[in-house]
Amino acid sequence: MLPVSQYSISSAPWRSRPALALATALLLAACGTPDPALTRSEPFDPYEAENRKMHEFNRSVDRAIVRPAGVGYTKAIPDDVETLVSNFATNLSLPSAIVNSALQGNGRAMSTDLYRFIVNTTIGLGGLFDTATDLNMPPKSDADFGQTLYVWGVHEGPLVELPFLGAATTRDSVGKLVDLFTNPLSYAVESPEQFYGTAASVSSSLSTRGQFSDTIDSILYESADSYAATRSIYLQNRRFKVSGGGSEGFADPYDTGSPALSDPYEDPYEQ
Amino acid sequence: MNNNLTRRFVLGSAAAALAAPMPALALTDASAKALVNKVVDEINGVIASSRGLNAMIAEFERIFTRYADVNIIAQSTLGADARSLSSGQMRAYTDAFRGYVARKYGKRFNEFVGGRIEIKDVREVKSWHEVRSTVYLRGESPFEVRFLVSDRSGKDLFFDMVIEGISLRLSERTEIGSMLDRRNGNIDGLIADLKTSG
Repeated sequence: MLPVSQYSISSAPWRSRPALALATALLLAACGTPDPALTRSEPFDPYEAENRKMHEFNRSVDRAIVRPAGVGYTKAIPDDVETLVSNFATNLSLPSAIVNSALQGNGRAMSTDLYRFIVNTTIGLGGLFDTATDLNMPPKSDADFGQTLYVWGVHEGPLVELPFLGAATTRDSVGKLVDLFTNPLSYAVESPEQFYGTAASVSSSLSTRGQFSDTIDSILYESADSYAATRSIYLQNRRFKVSGGGSEGFADPYDTGSPALSDPYEDPYEQ
Repeated sequence: MNNNLTRRFVLGSAAAALAAPMPALALTDASAKALVNKVVDEINGVIASSRGLNAMIAEFERIFTRYADVNIIAQSTLGADARSLSSGQMRAYTDAFRGYVARKYGKRFNEFVGGRIEIKDVREVKSWHEVRSTVYLRGESPFEVRFLVSDRSGKDLFFDMVIEGISLRLSERTEIGSMLDRRNGNIDGLIADLKTSG
């Protein structure tokens, strides 16, 4: 029920050349043909059996480590401090979003995030306070490389359940990988200070896991089929985000050419 | 002069004839917004009262029953399977579904304590109206909730709530589908399970 996608630890501090080669290969493979993910009402999940096994693994990691850590973190840390840490992490994610908005040619999102970053870094004391929101500035764009690929016309591709990170389309798996390189801060900031950003981001994810513990538990442990439930929620939320928030974003008319799919909510009164 | 007056009179009465029955016939941006305003006011009231869990569930069920088209939501969560139900089964399913939704989502209200919902705007989409609102929760970036309002049931009611792109109706369709699979497609089994779920 809540933005579950925030609950992912997305700034693993590793990089490698083969990873980039793989990303390029996937990118090339993904272009050209109509997007099969969007031409059917069922999720495009040809590796479902493998994905379900990985989902079970992720669930066991959550049960043994992430959930207890998140709940413990939320209990141990005062709410106000949790908010400061999460503000700090959010602010540090903005430069990467600015780069992606630039790659998408989206000047408005770029300047929105840039102003937020300037205001929160200065008046907000290094990003600890979300002054921009208090001042009613426009909301942050949350641009990432998965979205950039969408704007560039790359298809969703099959679903993949990533270890530790959960369900993702192929396009967004590549996006997550590339985003490890798109944050200008990781080039501008020296390595001991870089750690603060990563630590804040991990803490903020734990905080989300803790604060929305009941909601996330209800999806992971109380659903009749937690794999199907998380897959459905992920896809709905992700399609909404990459398309910039319109309710037309569930399907991709550019790919399918089908007007029937241009709005995800068919009128239930017509069935 | 005379001509002008006549024309004005004809145009005026034509406009009046068109406009007069409108409120009774069609859902407008304003009436969709008015409905969601009531829903949001009631939800904000429940959040602010921060009562016990069972009271919150009961409140949510009351709000859901009054302002949502539970029949159409329940029916569409069954998808194509809805056609195979007898009317008695459909009624039993709808009742069980109402209680299930109230328990499942009513429980979540305690996470909203200290938060609030604000209505942003409304627009027409296809045959319904979409009212956008923003939810402010303590320590979280604000997020968006859309209410999809239709009058095709004969009354202005909402038939879906979409949180950051996640539709309650479509998500429950997945969940109900899984529950039905677990019962090998047996509707009565599903209804029995629903009564104890959520």
